[in-house]
Amino acid sequence: MNVLDFAHAFFSDTAHWHGYDGIPTRFAEHVRYSLEALLIAAAIGLPVGLLTGHYGRGGNTLALLATAGRALPSFGLLVLMFIWIGFGLLPVMIPLVVLAVPPILVTTYEAIRSVDPSPVDAARGMGMPETRVLLQVEVPVALPLILSGLRTAAIQIVSTATIAAYVSLGGLGRYIIDGLYQKDYEKVVGGATLVAGLALVTLAIFWAAARLTVSPGVRRGT
Amino acid sequence: MIRIDSVTKRYPDGTVAVDRLSLDIPDRAITVLVGPSGCGKTTTLRMINRMVEPSEGGILLDGKDIRQQPVNTLRRSMGYVIQNAGLFQHRTILDNIATVPRLLGRPKQQARARAAELMERVGLDTALAKRYPYQLSGGQQQRVGVARALAADPPVLLMDEPFSAVDPVVRKGLQDELLRIQSELGKTIVFVTHDIDEAIKLGTMVAVLRTGGRLAQFAPPAELLSAPADPFVEDFLGADRGIRRLSFFPTTELELQTAPVVAVDAGAEQLASRAGAPYLLVTDLDGRPLGWSEPDRLTAGAVDTDRLLPYGRPFVPGTDSLRTALDGAVLSPTGWAVAVDGEGRAVGVVSQQVIGEAIRTAHSRVAEQAAEHAAGQAEVKAG
Repeated sequence: MNVLDFAHAFFSDTAHWHGYDGIPTRFAEHVRYSLEALLIAAAIGLPVGLLTGHYGRGGNTLALLATAGRALPSFGLLVLMFIWIGFGLLPVMIPLVVLAVPPILVTTYEAIRSVDPSPVDAARGMGMPETRVLLQVEVPVALPLILSGLRTAAIQIVSTATIAAYVSLGGLGRYIIDGLYQKDYEKVVGGATLVAGLALVTLAIFWAAARLTVSPGVRRGT
Repeated sequence: MIRIDSVTKRYPDGTVAVDRLSLDIPDRAITVLVGPSGCGKTTTLRMINRMVEPSEGGILLDGKDIRQQPVNTLRRSMGYVIQNAGLFQHRTILDNIATVPRLLGRPKQQARARAAELMERVGLDTALAKRYPYQLSGGQQQRVGVARALAADPPVLLMDEPFSAVDPVVRKGLQDELLRIQSELGKTIVFVTHDIDEAIKLGTMVAVLRTGGRLAQFAPPAELLSAPADPFVEDFLGADRGIRRLSFFPTTELELQTAPVVAVDAGAEQLASRAGAPYLLVTDLDGRPLGWSEPDRLTAGAVDTDRLLPYGRPFVPGTDSLRTALDGAVLSPTGWAVAVDGEGRAVGVVSQQVIGEAIRTAHSRVAEQAAEHAAGQAEVKAG
């Protein structure tokens, strides 16, 4: 049997489509963990990135933190948090957020830094308050880059959220981990396919979000 | 009036950008700050809208210290135009222009209607309203920059090298447009440039600054050209300031000769009667100049227009200056300049000698006026 046969067998088994271990439930759990992790990471990364980018300070500290964050192995951190904190969503969220903050933070910082200084100077000279300069002049122009940072973070979260199953939580990782344990390769392949599919859906959502939110004046050639 | 009162800008590293500068910037006129790079002209301009705060001294707007009002209120009352326009690339042209009215809380529709009005005022096709900045040429973007600065109808306009990033042809168009707009609106404009020709063309008053941020001379352009204060100003004005000064002398009193002008279909009798002139200007049947010819080379009724000598650039008496007239005379191998009316029809010709006399007359008149002025001043003092 090859991978396609495994996948076919997994998805055509009606037993996989309902119940607490059914695809819809696991899919929803996976999306929920991913969204929560992304929201927390964005709530940390975006404001810090926007402010440091706007004032042009703290770039080196950011780069250091980002490198450190990227160097931390998510799985190791999960096990550590699990031992430390015990059961629950928190030990899962921490490694996911630690994974997602650096790309959001660093890209947002860089995006704001790279905005052409002359419209910013013009805006200030016309009497625009600083918050408006940031939100109405810098962010709209930096938006494509900011979104790309969020997209990178989202995809990393979606693929890494599978580790939640290691600490007895749900999500699509359940299939992979249970399947490996039970030597049920249909399940492993099915779970992996679903994670990959969700990553692609995430890409599509960010593409659509960019089409909707980025001004045609900024988008031009892209 | 904007009074710059003994202002110094010193940076923390010790460099002095502006050194005890005092200037009275007149209302409803264009005051140009000009000088080499590092002379503090941009710093001076940016101190007027508090983009830079002076280290010492102060700036008064209509007698009041500019620090008395909130900084953003001050800035919204002054239009600000910068090099490369600094447009917001994510906003349409219309919304770019509507920025300050929107900041002032005007409703969107009203702000946009005003923006459309300004597009016309600065010579932009309103069909461009929904475009984005990247779809416009550099010259058009700069017009948008000017329109945006004018949108809230501020009494003061600050312009920081606004035309230096566009090519010379477009720049000339923008300068002419600015003069036209200024003749309609009468704003108090402070204009920074490093280009002395631009300063002389646009300025009602020109402040020449020298490196280190010190004022070298503050005078109307004609005075700058006739009486530079020191070798620095003289050098900065360039080698041909005598010629450039002619831009300020009118051609109204030039005596034009009409005898040497003949139409292309002139008969033998007419040609014979003009034979005394060294050259004849041949025009087409509508009176537009075609070229010069020696009288004996012309055949009645059959002028070979290919063999005519070029006539340089014609001038419009009363509108153009003696500089244009002299230029026309120098350009033509005959040494004569051609005067035309608004439609380009020849109204007469004038020789280099006559233009030269007009220049001498103009010079002596300026000298007389200066002497009278000096005498008047002396009387005032004596009285």
